[in-house]
Amino acid sequence: MTTQTSSAEPYLKVNDLRVRFKTEDGVVKAVDGVSFSVSRGRTLGIVGESGSGKSVTSLTVMGLHNPGRTEITGEILVGGRNVVGMLDEDVRKLRGNDVAMIFQDPLSALHPFYKIGKQIVGAYMVHHPGASKATAKKRAIEMLDRVGIPEPMRRFDQFPHEFSGGMRQRAMIAMALVNDPKLLIADEPTTALDVTVQAQILDLLNDLQKEFNSAIIMITHDLGVISQIADEVLVMYAGRVAEHGSVEQIMREPQHPYTWGLLESIPSLHGDPTADLKPIRGNPPSLINVPSGCAFHPRCPYRMMNPGPCDVEVPQLLRVREAGHQVSCHIPEERRRTIYRDEVSEVGVAQ
Amino acid sequence: MLRFIIKRLLVALLTLAAVDVITFGLFFAVPSSPAAVMCSKDCNQEKLDRVNHALGLDKPKLTQFVEFNKGLVLGRDIVYGDKTDRCPAPCLGYSFRTSEAVTKIMARGLPVTVSIVLGAFVLWIFFGVGLGVYSALHRGQFGDKVSISIALIGASMPVYFFALILLGVFVFGLGLMDYPHFVPISVNPLQWAKGLILPWLALTFVQAAGYARYSRAQMLETLSEDYIRTARAIGLPNRTVHLKHALRAAITPVITLAGLDLGVFLGGVAITETIFGMHGIGWQSVNAVFDLNLPVVMATVLIAAFFVVVSNALVDVLYAFVDPRVRLS
Repeated sequence: MTTQTSSAEPYLKVNDLRVRFKTEDGVVKAVDGVSFSVSRGRTLGIVGESGSGKSVTSLTVMGLHNPGRTEITGEILVGGRNVVGMLDEDVRKLRGNDVAMIFQDPLSALHPFYKIGKQIVGAYMVHHPGASKATAKKRAIEMLDRVGIPEPMRRFDQFPHEFSGGMRQRAMIAMALVNDPKLLIADEPTTALDVTVQAQILDLLNDLQKEFNSAIIMITHDLGVISQIADEVLVMYAGRVAEHGSVEQIMREPQHPYTWGLLESIPSLHGDPTADLKPIRGNPPSLINVPSGCAFHPRCPYRMMNPGPCDVEVPQLLRVREAGHQVSCHIPEERRRTIYRDEVSEVGVAQ
Repeated sequence: MLRFIIKRLLVALLTLAAVDVITFGLFFAVPSSPAAVMCSKDCNQEKLDRVNHALGLDKPKLTQFVEFNKGLVLGRDIVYGDKTDRCPAPCLGYSFRTSEAVTKIMARGLPVTVSIVLGAFVLWIFFGVGLGVYSALHRGQFGDKVSISIALIGASMPVYFFALILLGVFVFGLGLMDYPHFVPISVNPLQWAKGLILPWLALTFVQAAGYARYSRAQMLETLSEDYIRTARAIGLPNRTVHLKHALRAAITPVITLAGLDLGVFLGGVAITETIFGMHGIGWQSVNAVFDLNLPVVMATVLIAAFFVVVSNALVDVLYAFVDPRVRLS
């Protein structure tokens, strides 16, 4: 676990984060009491469906929400400083400098009218106001080279549309890392790329992490990506944490029915090719009207209701037998272990 | 680039030729006689024939057309009664009404129209885009609501109505200004501007409203783009994000619209010119149509078409400079 392997305090500590948006239809509870921490050199994977609050969590860490329409409570400690309630100007200085972010679709995430080099130089200059243009350019080319872009001198003067998808994402990573951030948030960085390029990008992130000793938050809905890169995993559902543990714990001994669903729904290379895929039934819940009790209960095949607490009481995130593994589920731990062993572990990639 | 320009030039010439043929054809398709308009009260066939001969309208239509276009390119000799005048290229013929060379008439009208339109153009772009960008950046706030309301009033108000209000209030009501009249900028720049204030205001208000709405929409769309989120995520201050990254992308389609509008307006703003008593191309073209004054009609239509064609080509070239994704080929 994080706290045992690294001696220092975690670089990012999120305590009981709640994010609400006021909309015309009602209050959206996008994040509802989420806590986690990431140390430098470690990678936290956040998994969940669309609307589970994973992207909102990361954007909140970056301080990118419109303060007028968003209500944020809790604590986000970045290097010991609380971002919640911090002056906009101070958060801005943190952004891109201490905390950087890369996005899902690198084509739309880079400005179409500015050259790649110019955008990276801009990212460097804004946090190094004293630096000369030449220094910034040298640094940008160095970064392009470091992320594996061939002929960085020439590429410096090209526009995003002249790059391939994978190269664009590399350029995006170069831009994010130009200021040596201590925390890198990657929001589905491989979703828009094809599988071979995905693997290259993940390898690159792994390498860069070793070199820069940064903390990484990897947001994805792809458990394959998680298993390749994460040390720790946070499974989110409807703005809450469903399960939290090391990557081995989540992949080998998952204890939340939602995590089971995610694992079962991935087809396995070794399984029966004619077997139907097993999706999670139903749809992600509305974040305006979150289901009562455990938000997952309407879709949970193992729910305990009438009598049962699942639709009445929100389950707490509780430790299980192994250290560092936490699950929020009303089903007793022993029963969960039995269900997983007997029913879940043979389906999909859950092996 | 060179190939593009040559191609555009050929297309432009083709368009102008088409406009030339169509206008000429339309003029004669209308069952009316220019001679009859000019002929005095005690008109008879003999007189009509004489007028028709004097105007060259007794020649076959094709000959007239060829002569007109030959004059346009090479210049021509015009036989008027027993006199022969050399009309150098680009010869647009002589006015049926005043026997004045049409090029001279156009040379009188063009500065008026250009003065009105260019001045108004600068103002409407400045205020329209400014208001739109301001609204978008203050979306939903008081300033935004006020700007939208002003733009809505402007967009729903015809120029002749607003022009009459301006005249009614400033000239006839409060007496703050004289009735506008045109003074060439070379004669007295101050008088030039003073005389043009009201037409400028009229055009600006109506046009700026549309531009405000359009640039507000463009700006809002751009602000929701991923690359704006990226710009914030790398820690750029709001000013830079808004005025550099967002405006740069939002302004591009506005440039297109502005170029095309400018081309159309330079061809004459008949209503504005007429209301404010400015004898520009628009006013001349309306009068020429009423008088069945073929050479002037041809000239005004060709000039208008010329501006539209040129502005279209310029917008294309400009677009390639503004948007690196566009290639000229």
